[in-house]
Amino acid sequence: MSIPSRVLVGGGLAAALLVAAACNPPGSRTAASSDTSVAAKSFVPPGEKDEYYLFYSGGHSGQVYVAGLPSMRHISTIPVFAPYSATGYGFDQESKQMLGRFTWGDVHHPGLSQSSGKYDGRWLFVNDNANNRIARIDLRDFKTKQILGPIPNSSGNHGSSFVTENSEYVLVATRFSVPLPKGRYADPSAYKTEFNGMVSGIKIDPKTGEMAVGWQILTPPFNWDLGSTGKGPSSGWAFWTSYNSEMAHEKLEATSTQGERDYAAVVNWRAAEQAVKDGKATMLDGVAVLDPAKVAGVIYFLPVPKSPHGIDTDPSGRWIAASGKLQPVTSVFDFEKIQKAIAAKAFDGEVRGVPVIKYEAVIEGEVPVGLGPLHTQYDGKGNAYTSLYVESAVAKWTLPPWSDAQKKDLNTIISDKIPVHFNIGHLVVGGSDTKEPYGKYLVAMNKLSKGRHLSVGPSQPESSQLIDITGNKMTMLYEAYTEPEPHFAQILKADAIAPIEVYPKAENTHPNAVWDAAQTGVTRSGNKVEVKMVAIRSRFAPDRIDVRAGDEVTIHVTNVEQTTDMIHGLGIIEHDMNVVVDPGETKTVKFIAGKPGVYPFYCTNFCSALHQEMQGYLAVKP
Amino acid sequence: MEIVVKTRALAFASFLDRPVNGTGRLLLLLSIVALLAGGALPLWRISLVAPQYAEGLTLDMYAYQIVAGNNGQDLAEINTLNHYIGMKPIAQADFLEMRVLPFAIGVFALLALRAAIIGRIVTVVDLAVLFLYFGMFSLGSFVYRLYTYGHHLDPQAPMKITPFMPVVVGSQQIANFVQTSLPLAGTICMGAFFMLLVAVLVSSAREARREVV
Repeated sequence: MSIPSRVLVGGGLAAALLVAAACNPPGSRTAASSDTSVAAKSFVPPGEKDEYYLFYSGGHSGQVYVAGLPSMRHISTIPVFAPYSATGYGFDQESKQMLGRFTWGDVHHPGLSQSSGKYDGRWLFVNDNANNRIARIDLRDFKTKQILGPIPNSSGNHGSSFVTENSEYVLVATRFSVPLPKGRYADPSAYKTEFNGMVSGIKIDPKTGEMAVGWQILTPPFNWDLGSTGKGPSSGWAFWTSYNSEMAHEKLEATSTQGERDYAAVVNWRAAEQAVKDGKATMLDGVAVLDPAKVAGVIYFLPVPKSPHGIDTDPSGRWIAASGKLQPVTSVFDFEKIQKAIAAKAFDGEVRGVPVIKYEAVIEGEVPVGLGPLHTQYDGKGNAYTSLYVESAVAKWTLPPWSDAQKKDLNTIISDKIPVHFNIGHLVVGGSDTKEPYGKYLVAMNKLSKGRHLSVGPSQPESSQLIDITGNKMTMLYEAYTEPEPHFAQILKADAIAPIEVYPKAENTHPNAVWDAAQTGVTRSGNKVEVKMVAIRSRFAPDRIDVRAGDEVTIHVTNVEQTTDMIHGLGIIEHDMNVVVDPGETKTVKFIAGKPGVYPFYCTNFCSALHQEMQGYLAVKP
Repeated sequence: MEIVVKTRALAFASFLDRPVNGTGRLLLLLSIVALLAGGALPLWRISLVAPQYAEGLTLDMYAYQIVAGNNGQDLAEINTLNHYIGMKPIAQADFLEMRVLPFAIGVFALLALRAAIIGRIVTVVDLAVLFLYFGMFSLGSFVYRLYTYGHHLDPQAPMKITPFMPVVVGSQQIANFVQTSLPLAGTICMGAFFMLLVAVLVSSAREARREVV
């Protein structure tokens, strides 16, 4: 290339940059890399599988979304706290009973079960912030198996579902204090004296995963926010942040943000477990409750700068990072110092019998990560990643131990920052809450997508962005849009589980399962009609059910298929009924036969070439 | 000329009357192993591959059982699919052969054992001829079964297709499926049994010739 033409190109580039600069107001940033080679890093060709599962909480949809990483493709939705006609959840007797009187929930923080501080691929626990519940999803079949709650004495279950290192407990905490026991009236103006918070450990049966309330610790009416569990040196401990240690009850936006620090709870759950065993608990609403004013050593308060949100234990279990939403730092505490402070009684007084640990005695440093820090995740290589809500970015920084020079200026440990779009809440690094994080990918779950997608009107999805964290600098790879609303998520290596794809016939224990058309039938006793039905390509047997108006009809429908993806649905016209039955599964539906008439029923889940023909009649005589 | 024929006939008769030689007896014992292995191992595999069944549906035919792939599930799946074309469900209970074959194999094993211990060449000839007939009959019956399944289709079936002959050895396309049918180790063992009987005869014949020379 000759010199003049280079100058020309150079000049042209400069002009282009000038034009670009002129188009963007000061402070605006380009959205993301337009380098298409980045696309290859998240490309999973058709027919090939992702390397990781991503379990998104579905927020107030009440469900859990499953996506693959790195493709970010949504794979399926696991209904948990809300009916979901796509899988017939909340229509059959079993799931109806599990949902109880609620038709929604607010899923925030999925937690995978662990053994020895690593994911064991057995269960996924999710909390319901709205109705004080916790649910267990079995990863063998990706189905909700238990919903516990409303949990007594616990209200607004936000600080959940963090799992201890051997799945002994899953954490639960009160965000919205109420007068206890629940159902008791007290004037909200008597908030400080009449209302109480509670932090709880839900015991998990090691074999079945069945949950039951283990211990509860009574607290002042702070708003318990987020938590994490200990490991290594902090094994047997659990941590929660709170806001509103002012114990305000109105206009919280201002009244709860006056103090410079709020309290985190440092809970010795092994001691709490022992105290309950030793009979030191009082029964409240049928649950063993420990009053820390009477039982020492189960809970301590730790001051954290200002209105903290996330509190995250690092993979070693020694460092605990808590971020104050209203202060641009993440405070790093040293659990070894916490233990020493407790032993030496380095306290700054107490609150209602709970010792307050001296902040200066346990703080390792306040890392100036940026504006609006919320949550911190770890890659297991000594790096921490903190979400910055206000700044709309993720900051990468180095965990202690720090050199003296670094301690002098903690700005020096911030190694990278990447903008996200927009207003990130949680972020997740695979296995961050275990002893051995996967590293590799970070998913930023942003609260606002603000027009980054094709316009879908005022009701907007959230945006989730995939970031490569393998290099020194973070790289934005991909973004996807998720229905409202992912809060936290969990990442699980695909080969950590081997889900079944059909329910083996031999395992079906439903008392009314039938496997052959010859065994099906309709029986009546009084005004109750019971139907044993099979569904198979491409017919129902029986395909005619005769009842009288007002009869109570029970149908046990067995999908006798044993082939992957041969799913049948049973939808009954004008009866608000749709049950979907997986291969080898039996489901029971119960309903009152409507007005006289003939109501067709049909297979709702496309099954076969003659799916349209798979139908029958519910004939209702006067 | 007449004398030559007579001499040959006498030689052949005396050959038939010869006791099986040492090598022959060992080969007969070996043939029993091959026969029993043939009875235990799968004889034939029929597999069906389609876009939706990329990993294939398989049926392995044994002398005494049908083993379907995917823990037996493939048989149910094949029958479910076949009901659309009105094919009779394949059921092990319908295969009379699977009750007869184990008995027949036992008889052949005993006959081979008898030949190995007290046998003369004629016993081995009888055994080989009988087994050849038995083998061809079994194969013929298998082919006829396939023919029956492919031709006796329920006229009320949802899909009407032209009656067809499932392939016996090789592959062919049937609607969205590629059907492949191939002999497996059991059939090879059965063949080995027959070949070993032939080897016994050859070995003894060579020995007899050496003695004459």
